[in-house]
Amino acid sequence: MTGQTPALRLEGIVKTFPGVRALDGVSFSVMPGEVHALMGENGAGKSTLMKVLGGIYQPDAGQILIEEAPTVMASPLEAKAKGVVFIHQELSLADELSVAENVYLGELPRKSFGRVDWDRLYADTERILDRLKVGFTPQTLVGDLSIANKQMVEIARALTVDAKAVIFDEPTASLTDAEKDVLFEVIADLKARNVGIIYISHRMEEIFRITDRVSVLRDGQHTGTAITADTNEEAVTQMMIGRKLDLSRNVAHHELGDVALEVRNLSCGHLYKDVSFKIRRGEVVGFYGLVGAGRTEIAETLFGLRDPSAGQILLDGQALRITSPTDAIERGISLVPEDRKGQGLVLGMNCRDNMTLPQVDDLKAGPFVAEGAEVAIFDQYRDRLDIRTPGWKQLVGNLSGGNQQKIVIGKWLSMHPNVLIVDEPTRGIDVGSKSEIHNLIRDLAAQGYAVIVISSEMPEVLHVADRIYALFQGRITREFTSEDVTEDSLVRAISGLADNGGAQVA
Amino acid sequence: MAQLTKSDIGGFLARQGILVAFAVFIIGFTLANPRFLDPDNIMGVIRSSAILGVMALGVTFVVISGNLDLSVGSMMSFSTIVVLDLHDKLGPTLAIPAMFAMTLCLGALIGFLVGYLKLNSLIVTLGMLSAIHGLTLTYSGGKNMDIADKEGTWFSVFGQGDALGIPVPILLFVLLAAFLGIVLAKTPFGRKVYAVGGNGVAATFSGIRRARVVFTCYLASAFCVATAGLLQASRSMGSQNTVGQGLELEVLAAVILGGASLLGGSGTIFKTVIGVLMLGFIQNGLLLVGLQFYVQYVVTWVIIILAVWLDIAAKRGTLWSPIA
Repeated sequence: MTGQTPALRLEGIVKTFPGVRALDGVSFSVMPGEVHALMGENGAGKSTLMKVLGGIYQPDAGQILIEEAPTVMASPLEAKAKGVVFIHQELSLADELSVAENVYLGELPRKSFGRVDWDRLYADTERILDRLKVGFTPQTLVGDLSIANKQMVEIARALTVDAKAVIFDEPTASLTDAEKDVLFEVIADLKARNVGIIYISHRMEEIFRITDRVSVLRDGQHTGTAITADTNEEAVTQMMIGRKLDLSRNVAHHELGDVALEVRNLSCGHLYKDVSFKIRRGEVVGFYGLVGAGRTEIAETLFGLRDPSAGQILLDGQALRITSPTDAIERGISLVPEDRKGQGLVLGMNCRDNMTLPQVDDLKAGPFVAEGAEVAIFDQYRDRLDIRTPGWKQLVGNLSGGNQQKIVIGKWLSMHPNVLIVDEPTRGIDVGSKSEIHNLIRDLAAQGYAVIVISSEMPEVLHVADRIYALFQGRITREFTSEDVTEDSLVRAISGLADNGGAQVA
Repeated sequence: MAQLTKSDIGGFLARQGILVAFAVFIIGFTLANPRFLDPDNIMGVIRSSAILGVMALGVTFVVISGNLDLSVGSMMSFSTIVVLDLHDKLGPTLAIPAMFAMTLCLGALIGFLVGYLKLNSLIVTLGMLSAIHGLTLTYSGGKNMDIADKEGTWFSVFGQGDALGIPVPILLFVLLAAFLGIVLAKTPFGRKVYAVGGNGVAATFSGIRRARVVFTCYLASAFCVATAGLLQASRSMGSQNTVGQGLELEVLAAVILGGASLLGGSGTIFKTVIGVLMLGFIQNGLLLVGLQFYVQYVVTWVIIILAVWLDIAAKRGTLWSPIA
């Protein structure tokens, strides 16, 4: 790689916003045919840097060089025209149009009188799809595709131009393992064609699997670049957060209490069938399975959002029917939902009001909300959970993902629930906050809470759970204790494979 | 960057546009007709804004909860006609509670459809605009309604009387605004209205009974409409079937002008009162500079467009953006 011209180089980029120096002299380069990881905690400046590169922000100082030629990126369109292409985390496709129309959106090939040249459109798209080795045709409606395939359409869109650099922003956030493999093949293909690739991700195993170099940002500064093969997870993490991270397994060192919640033969249509499990006070139980295995649906049933078609739910030994979230909350079942922004928080409300929302009817002084009591609750849980915010008046939408998640957790802890269900507790949260949330979950168990952790990240369930239920296609396939679990057997259990490498169960 | 650039000015207009526009209006009107700032004129504007204002208070609840209410104009016609009719049949003491009960039933119906059945509030209330108009005409047989003995009743006190030297409509408007303002800002119910409008799903996930909150907002709106109908009937002691026609749009204009977002979750009663007064002064100013009253209809539309535009512009800090 040395001696070559970088495909893309950023030189001393500075960008300030009122009160914040978001980027402080960041320099960074990608060689042709290199996969360069860009890491950093949320708020470290990754998004700002990418927005500067994409022409959405103009830098206050510094320059962008494409193949060593200084360039000004005036708009996202110009960035694309100059060969800098983004694959966004949030997909921007039109569901009602075909794959081909999406790939060439805004630049459909034309015949006379402005008519679309469908033959050429489909042929061109076909050529690109062949390169990606996907299983759908140019005529397929995008709305019918899975998320992974939609992402392939985004990538196909990037391939319509002669890309010099392609930026992937958290591309695997919603992909299954098999889908990831396909994506990595595509990246390898781009690499072989001498395209420079910037790969933004929080997931360490991916970084070490596919990247050549790693650059880390912290607080708007470039803290270092390392050759991936010469470094390790711990070193990168330390660059990111400036301290060491504990990823060892965690098990209960305290006495477990009574069974808090028991579920017997619970079914809900075709979503999940015949599910039985129990959880004791002081225990963290993990629910591990692929997306669609029925994990979230079980949680939603316990929280009163779905009616089970059969089976029993027992709380402290008492069978009960839970008909609404209000009902569940009254009985001490709390849910930290999967979609933090969509289900967990009212983003336009301040921190305090979000935290006390479920108990606002109980916090009264006469007919009014007892705001003093609310502030006291907020202060208590801000300190206990180490929520970093200038004050309770801050809108929740302005906090980082980790702090937002702590607000949701605080919301339920302040009501002292019997059972706390946490669905994907660290999705989209940076490494530092991640381990804080893991420790928090362990602490809660130590204090006698019964906690259910639903996750699709294996290191997470291995790290926090005392027992793990593996789910596959709506059924619990196996139960593991933290002593007998191995990564291999866990993967088999959630893929419907027998433990000894034998035939598929379903 | 000592010089003001085009985008700086755009950003300022985006954030403070409504105030800037209002200041321009006031200065323009005062220059055109100095009588505009006359205390009598100001009092007149406030007085004539009271009926619209009372309706806007209720609609504020509905809008903050993330819904619309386009039925308030024709519902106000209904209340006015009903109370005038019942006045002569039952006497004012019974007519007023009976009219309130009937109006609240209409509010409950809308609240049920939008809250519990989760039907789109635009369609439901637009339909109700037409349906209630039909109901009113059926009730009155299409005739205007008049109180027979205008001198022999105390009914005129709401629209024409004074208390503590203040016209009763203004007093009622202020009292109702204060009461509902406190409900919205200080009570658990008010908090839930903001939560439901800000993110209904998250509100449900926090154990808030969303349908009940929306239902109650429409009841509040109907209560305000009934009060406005009472003021209207008492002021004129007789009325056409179409007295409230078109008010739904003016009410909405006032609420948005005050700064409530049509997406729900933001706005206050105080801001709505400001919006009502701004709208009142603009309409009054147009009359004083010599424009015909029907110009107001166009101006109301312009104000709505301006307010909605500036609302989204304020959020992103620029007047125009290529991405939504």
